Amino acid sequence: MKGPQTGIVLIGVLLLCALAAMGASATTAFLLERVAYRPLRRRTTSRLAALISAIGASFFIQEVFALRYGRDILPFPRIMNKTVLFHIGSGEVRTDKVLVVLAAIVMMILLDRFVGTSRLGRGIRATAQDPEMAVLMGVNIDRVIVLTFILGGLMAGVAALLFGTFFEVTQYNIGFLLGIKAFTAAVLGGIGNLRGALIGGFALGLIESYGASIFGAQWKDVIAFVVLVLVLLVRPTGLLGEQLARSRI
Amino acid sequence: MLLEVEDLHVHYGKVEALKGVSLAVAEGEIVSLIGANGAGKTTVLRTISGLRRVTSGRIRFKDRDITHLPGHRRVGAGLCQVPEGRGIFPGMSVMENLEMGAYGRSSRSLADDFERAFALFPLLSERRKQQGGTLSGGEQQMLAIARALMARPQLVMMDEPSMGLAPLMVNQIFDIIAAIHEQGTTVLLVEQNAAQALTRADRAYVLETGKVAKTSDAATLLADDSVRAAYLGVDSTG
Ligand SMILES: Nc1ncnc2c1ncn2[C@@H]1O[C@H](COP(=O)(O)OP(=O)(O)OP(=O)(O)O)[C@@H](O)[C@H]1O
Ligand SMILES: [Mg+2]
Repeated sequence: MKGPQTGIVLIGVLLLCALAAMGASATTAFLLERVAYRPLRRRTTSRLAALISAIGASFFIQEVFALRYGRDILPFPRIMNKTVLFHIGSGEVRTDKVLVVLAAIVMMILLDRFVGTSRLGRGIRATAQDPEMAVLMGVNIDRVIVLTFILGGLMAGVAALLFGTFFEVTQYNIGFLLGIKAFTAAVLGGIGNLRGALIGGFALGLIESYGASIFGAQWKDVIAFVVLVLVLLVRPTGLLGEQLARSRI
Repeated sequence: MLLEVEDLHVHYGKVEALKGVSLAVAEGEIVSLIGANGAGKTTVLRTISGLRRVTSGRIRFKDRDITHLPGHRRVGAGLCQVPEGRGIFPGMSVMENLEMGAYGRSSRSLADDFERAFALFPLLSERRKQQGGTLSGGEQQMLAIARALMARPQLVMMDEPSMGLAPLMVNQIFDIIAAIHEQGTTVLLVEQNAAQALTRADRAYVLETGKVAKTSDAATLLADDSVRAAYLGVDSTG
């Protein structure tokens, strides 16, 4: 690819990149489920075991990429021109920012509708709320779980492309902190609640940004984790997490 | 026989919860399974539904061996369970819970099934949009039964449907079970409320510490002194 593209070619390039990223990420998610989750699910129902296995798998993938590409920050090619469209106060509204925001909104709406109204979406929610009961309804929970991983992988692929387009750097472990922050956003909104995760993500982003401008940018990650700890202490069910808290009993 | 369970052994770790249970349910019957706390009633139903693996023994449904059939495929075969504690999905509306009941069914149109459910349970009709977790215990039990029927099962197994309900509601639930049976569904009923369970059933099994201690037609058991003493709170000498 020679430099940034425009117009119809840009849309084509973005779609192609998105497809490649979604494919790679979904395949990884599928393999992870087989290797790191399913064997555990057969042996234990502990959520802690799954969490530890997830962290272990994450380190494994990071180190594989570190061995292959080194530990330095690597450039990410410029895909699109970053034209300033207009200003809001002193803030620039650029094409790439507009793309990120629009794409995120479209993805959230699609995912919310899919999980809320499709048959597989009902299967996903049933399995999350009460897996044994889901079986008694005729849900093949092994299949639902692997499809959920693939769905997550598809979303993560798009997110990675948007992230790369915006920041134009990458690194072997660039996803790790993002993953932890996604987890924080989900806890903030209420685990198991899609709309909660959306609100939690917005809230976390705003808290980080305003916090950084008050305390300095180097405190950004600290602020995010203080939020995580505070939520777990004060309201472990999250902002919208009432429903699932009941189902855990 | 619609359902045949043969010499079922089930373990929790090293503990043997079922020590050779055999029972059968014929098409069109109401069969009760009674027994004290911890006798293994729930384990029997969970194993028939495929939630627990058998150590040994066989389960046949409609003359087909389903002992090792995955649980989710037993629903499609016509075998449904209303579990202990009702198992309502708390974060789903009444309508969505009902739709879950028909999850495994291929036919798309559920209009007739909703109509039947709301005819049996008019109360649910007023609460279609309400979240399952916010229903009262009695309403949840009704929803659990209505949801099981959405799969159009030939056999419904119910695990203590009267548990935790006020006497008036208990009667209502048993009337509904009778109505479902009238409409052609076979019922295997697990109950602590032995008086109701034996009055309403054709036949019954008494389970004691993982074994069938007695089986007979329900009227005979209702008159049996040791059953009256143990499960009906009636002094056999009195
Ligand atoms: N998950 C489990 N792990 C270990 N032991 C269990 C488990 N579930 C049940 N048991 C044991 O198996 C035996 C049978 O339990 P089960 O729940 O089938 O009894 P039950 O007849 O349904 O009792 P209740 O009337 O109280 O519901 C009991 O001794 C119980 O302690
Ligand atoms: Mg029980």
